[in-house]
Amino acid sequence: MICQECNQKPAALHFTKIINGEKTEVHLCEKCAQEKGEMFIFNGESGFAFNNLLAGLLNIDPTFQKPSQSPFHQEEILQCENCSMTFPQFLKIGRFGCAHCYETFKEQLKPVLRRLHSGNWTHNGKIPKRIGGGIHLRKQIEELKSELSESITREEFEKAAEIRDEIRALENKLANSQEGGE
Amino acid sequence: MSLERFLNQAVSSWMSEEGPDSDIVLSSRIRLARNFESYKFPTLFSHDEAKMIIANMEEVIAKSDLQRFGQMELLKIEEMQPLQKRVLVEKHLISPHLAEDSPYGAVLLTENEEVSIMINEEDHIRIQCLFPGLQLSEALDAANEIDDWLEDKIHFAFDEKHGYLTSCPTNVGTGLRASVMMHLPGLILTQQINRIIPAINQLGLVVRGIYGEGSEALGNIFQISNQITLGKSEEDIGRDLKGVVSQLISQERSAREALRKTSNIQLEDRVFRSLGVLSNSRIIESKEAARCLSDVRLGIDMGYIEKISKTILNELMILTQPGFLQQYAGGSLRPHERDIRRAALIRERLQMEQQK
Ligand SMILES: [Zn+2]
Ligand SMILES: [Zn+2]
Repeated sequence: MICQECNQKPAALHFTKIINGEKTEVHLCEKCAQEKGEMFIFNGESGFAFNNLLAGLLNIDPTFQKPSQSPFHQEEILQCENCSMTFPQFLKIGRFGCAHCYETFKEQLKPVLRRLHSGNWTHNGKIPKRIGGGIHLRKQIEELKSELSESITREEFEKAAEIRDEIRALENKLANSQEGGE
Repeated sequence: MSLERFLNQAVSSWMSEEGPDSDIVLSSRIRLARNFESYKFPTLFSHDEAKMIIANMEEVIAKSDLQRFGQMELLKIEEMQPLQKRVLVEKHLISPHLAEDSPYGAVLLTENEEVSIMINEEDHIRIQCLFPGLQLSEALDAANEIDDWLEDKIHFAFDEKHGYLTSCPTNVGTGLRASVMMHLPGLILTQQINRIIPAINQLGLVVRGIYGEGSEALGNIFQISNQITLGKSEEDIGRDLKGVVSQLISQERSAREALRKTSNIQLEDRVFRSLGVLSNSRIIESKEAARCLSDVRLGIDMGYIEKISKTILNELMILTQPGFLQQYAGGSLRPHERDIRRAALIRERLQMEQQK
């Protein structure tokens, strides 16, 4: 077999990659593979590694071990109603089909996200402006609430009272903005 | 042809300009992944959806008012020659995935090539900003500005809990990948790198480099980027990466000083031998070229070599890749011919330095 990159040398390296759910065979000579590898390292992102990681998760994570049910029980397969992707399909290709998948698979996804993002599973960054202040406020309130419980455990009651007032103020603001907004 | 202009203007600003700490940090890159709310992700989308996305993006730039970044141009993958695509990949303006596996892909490029927006890659939109030297927050500001500008016209897939929704859950949340390319010959020569990389990994950062025999990475160049995109703010991700990079910079600087003290003449010898190879060889493989370029760059940074511009490493690492070599040759080249061309290009480029 000839290298598909230079069409000159015999192909020494063979691998398959999965693009849009379809398998493609890749055959390269050593030289082209090396040069291509250089290109991938600095430009690409490690999609392949992630698939392995998911496979690993399947074996390790108890969330994925089905509760022992009667062997005759027909397992209901969760499927995204927007794009028809199933969870096993997702695990196979490591990519979601559409934005709606996140909602559909949110329970299964949680342990996966925690594993991928050092224990994090909720967003804490930028918010599109169109979504407006509501979400910002709710986020702020959430943060303050955790601060509140922390200061209570530390018995800093004066500070806790301050935080509580702040939360109330924000909750009022949120209620007003939603009345006005809808 | 405007595409020709892009390609002929082979050297982008990040390759030829110097930035902060550019004796060690070659470039800083920010990437933001975004998707349209209403179309399926590229894994499953239909040809029609892909076309709609490109049409939407064309509309957005037609109404463009983003003066700061200058003229933008949209190039479609299906309309490009393999060599043209390859050159864009080698310049880090598009990913190999967009060039090879994204039939409905396109890219929006700004004139100075600081910004490239990939369309229909793994996600519908990937905004990339590439700056010389250590300029993570500058690159993040630029990326955010572009994101705001797009967001004004496009509803991005976003939910309160997961943030910006991406095709792959490794990118969800901020959709942000911040990365810095560093030249770390001192840490390699003093054999500290093997100890340092696992420590960096522990901090949730990824280190990439190409390893040949031993611990030598291709051109002693490493890319360090964040792994976590969810649960941290964009600013924190950038700041955490910058913190580690700053530490690496000072470790690299002290390694270089230690080398000067302990093995001055050996180092000088190594630098000038490599310069000799680059100035005289007639056949050179990419690996050897990278090693010699790294030595020469170190020699420039440490003052052994005086009359050669610092950016020669960035420039020649890019320009001696197969795509550029073939463009330079004006046609396709066999692997063996590339090594000859590579040697010729490097010799010519070094002669230019002597003439100025
Ligand atoms: Zn080949
Ligand atoms: Zn879906």
